[in-house]
Amino acid sequence: MDLPNRPPEGLTAMRHRHVLSALVQNQPGVLAHISGMLASRGFNIDSLAVGETEQHDRSRMTFVVHGDDTVLDQVRKQLDKIVYVIRVDDISSENFVERDLMLIKVTCASDKRPELFQLCESFRGRVVDIQHDNIMAEISGTEPKVEAFIELMRPYGILELARTGRIALVRGVPNKEAE
Amino acid sequence: MAEPNKVPAPATASTGAAEMSGADILVHSLIRHGVEVVFAYPGGASMPIHQSLTKVTDKLRTILPRHEQGGGFMAHGYARTTGKVGVCFSTSGPGATNFVTILADAKMDSVPVIAITGQVSTGVLGNDAFQETPMVEICRGITKHHYLVTRTEDVARIMKEAFHIATTGRPGPVIIDVCKDVQMKKVVPDWDAPMDLPGYRPFRRAPRKELEPVLAALRAGRKPVIYAGGGAIHSGAAEELRTFATQLGIPVAMTLHGLGSFPAGHYLSLDMLGMHGTVYSNYAVNEADLLLAFGVRFDDRVTGKLSEFCKHGRIVHVDIDASEIHKNKYAHVPVHGDLKTTLADLNALLREEANADLVGPGRYTEWLRQIDAWRSEHPMKVPPHAETAIIPQYAISRLHQLLKDRGMLDKTIVSTGVGQHQMWAAQFFPFTHPRKWVTSGGLGTMGFGLPAAMGARVAHPDHLSIDIDGDGSFLMNIQELACCHTENIPAKVLLLNNQHLGMVMQWEDRFFGSNRAQTYLGAGEDKAPYPDFATIAKGFGVPSRTVATKADLDAALVEMIESDAAFVLNVLVPHQEHVLPMIPSGMTVKDMITA
Repeated sequence: MDLPNRPPEGLTAMRHRHVLSALVQNQPGVLAHISGMLASRGFNIDSLAVGETEQHDRSRMTFVVHGDDTVLDQVRKQLDKIVYVIRVDDISSENFVERDLMLIKVTCASDKRPELFQLCESFRGRVVDIQHDNIMAEISGTEPKVEAFIELMRPYGILELARTGRIALVRGVPNKEAE
Repeated sequence: MAEPNKVPAPATASTGAAEMSGADILVHSLIRHGVEVVFAYPGGASMPIHQSLTKVTDKLRTILPRHEQGGGFMAHGYARTTGKVGVCFSTSGPGATNFVTILADAKMDSVPVIAITGQVSTGVLGNDAFQETPMVEICRGITKHHYLVTRTEDVARIMKEAFHIATTGRPGPVIIDVCKDVQMKKVVPDWDAPMDLPGYRPFRRAPRKELEPVLAALRAGRKPVIYAGGGAIHSGAAEELRTFATQLGIPVAMTLHGLGSFPAGHYLSLDMLGMHGTVYSNYAVNEADLLLAFGVRFDDRVTGKLSEFCKHGRIVHVDIDASEIHKNKYAHVPVHGDLKTTLADLNALLREEANADLVGPGRYTEWLRQIDAWRSEHPMKVPPHAETAIIPQYAISRLHQLLKDRGMLDKTIVSTGVGQHQMWAAQFFPFTHPRKWVTSGGLGTMGFGLPAAMGARVAHPDHLSIDIDGDGSFLMNIQELACCHTENIPAKVLLLNNQHLGMVMQWEDRFFGSNRAQTYLGAGEDKAPYPDFATIAKGFGVPSRTVATKADLDAALVEMIESDAAFVLNVLVPHQEHVLPMIPSGMTVKDMITA
């Protein structure tokens, strides 16, 4: 078992995709504080989404981070150290649902409408606006699905798009344990 | 102190019926938290607070520094020597930004400081008003927590939270930025408003199942070393550490901030480790098969090249800050908990029958014999030097000896600036008790020494408080001599004046072919030492003495020790001395320079 002063094999080497879910006090500047800490410590975030929860004074932040276990351990602990952060969970290993919402505006002459409408439907998306020469669609799902839809739309001419970033929740009753 | 204009104090604070201004609430909160002294420099945006301070001079002393940074480091001196919160005030804008360095310093060294800054009124906040700076934005990364106060109703609660946060868990600085209209508005204070800190859980006692692996590691180790740091001081663990180390017979190496947590001179003390640590402490850590890291953060000034540090040892790491564990160095046995409690619990476990095999002499005889051999081969002693000139190491050891002869060591606090003199003070002024040694370690702020000595002296009026300083550092907060004089704070300065930025010069000598790059502070080799510190001291009304030869040193040191007032002892020392031993940055024990 002994590799003195080195973490056990397999603990550091692998870079994994981690989804961190943080419950924070809904205070001005919390987002700036957290993103500032992550930047100054050199942690790279793939995605960060924030929104109020069912309690007005709480927000939930969802981070997607790539890194080995040592990096993740630090990110989690450094987040936890921020006074406004109530709890942080690495939910990657749990059974969770993850979504990304996208609004996408695509060039669409009237003769192309049936085709695009059908593609949207296949992706369980919805057309939310129709203009003479373009449409806006709403797609939600996992990251690969959203990315696939973007690729699919590219040949038609993407005019603009906006995404929420990943949000995630663990299935079932939330685990309320404290320390 | 000047008698203030007596304004009737607000009814007894606890009746709660009377309306009070935000400034009064803030000041009374300080008194309620046991604050006896604040260091405060006024300005436009903090005037209401200063007006309030004049109403409570019988309960709360206000000291006027001559620069906000000076006031901030006085708060450091107060906090670091007492463990209580040090409080400093400034106005908005430039006054507030002068706190940036003291806050960063307090964050690095885990010092409970509360800095209260005035801010422009809420109506103009964010409009680039006169003397407006976004202090909370600036200070997020360099404080433990921060507040921008925009409602007078929040003042009492925020003060309560700030004291709680600054002093619990791993201590640290809190900035409270208070808008001017918030200071002036009157409300009925709610002293019992509950704290709103749902995510702040500073206390943790490691359960027994986390401590058992420590015992297993002890059982397996043949060459253990304790590596004790600032956490041992902050958690007040000196007594528990001593019990732990002596009953097991394990030697103790200390970081710069750990000095005093275990008595120097004890046969188990290895003194300081790291870049300028003793040869024997660094050898011991290098050869150890078990490193007991207590309240430390594996700083690069201790470890050198991380992968080589304690390469052969298993690491037990105890810290109250979970983010320190595994941060720089993987800990085989991590223990997240308060050090004092953890050591007390371990000591209790060691008293159990089942662990009797671990306790008692003889277990590490071979190891201690080896360490003693290193110690006698490479003792820490003043290097040989010429007959007349005073070398800095000699001056510091004479100071220590004279204080020892007078039985004053128990009542002496030493602070320092940053550089060679700081390392020499750490090496040649041995400490036997915690909180007698005050230095800027993590941030390494020049100019720290004088104001820190003043704050320490204010906290301990029965102590001698000496700033061992260099000429570069001293000049950075020399204006506080005025505060020494006007506030009657008899802090002493032992100025080791070598006319150079000695530590940078030493690196130039070692790594840059002695090419001097802005490290000479004098006016010319053929000129008298510059500046004329005796005349400067005179201008501030502070007595001084200048000495250049060994024969004059002792009498001058005695004069400084015995002076009732502040005193500057300007000792002209040669600049050729290097701080040794030295492990160059990022290197290993094998690369240690000893001569």
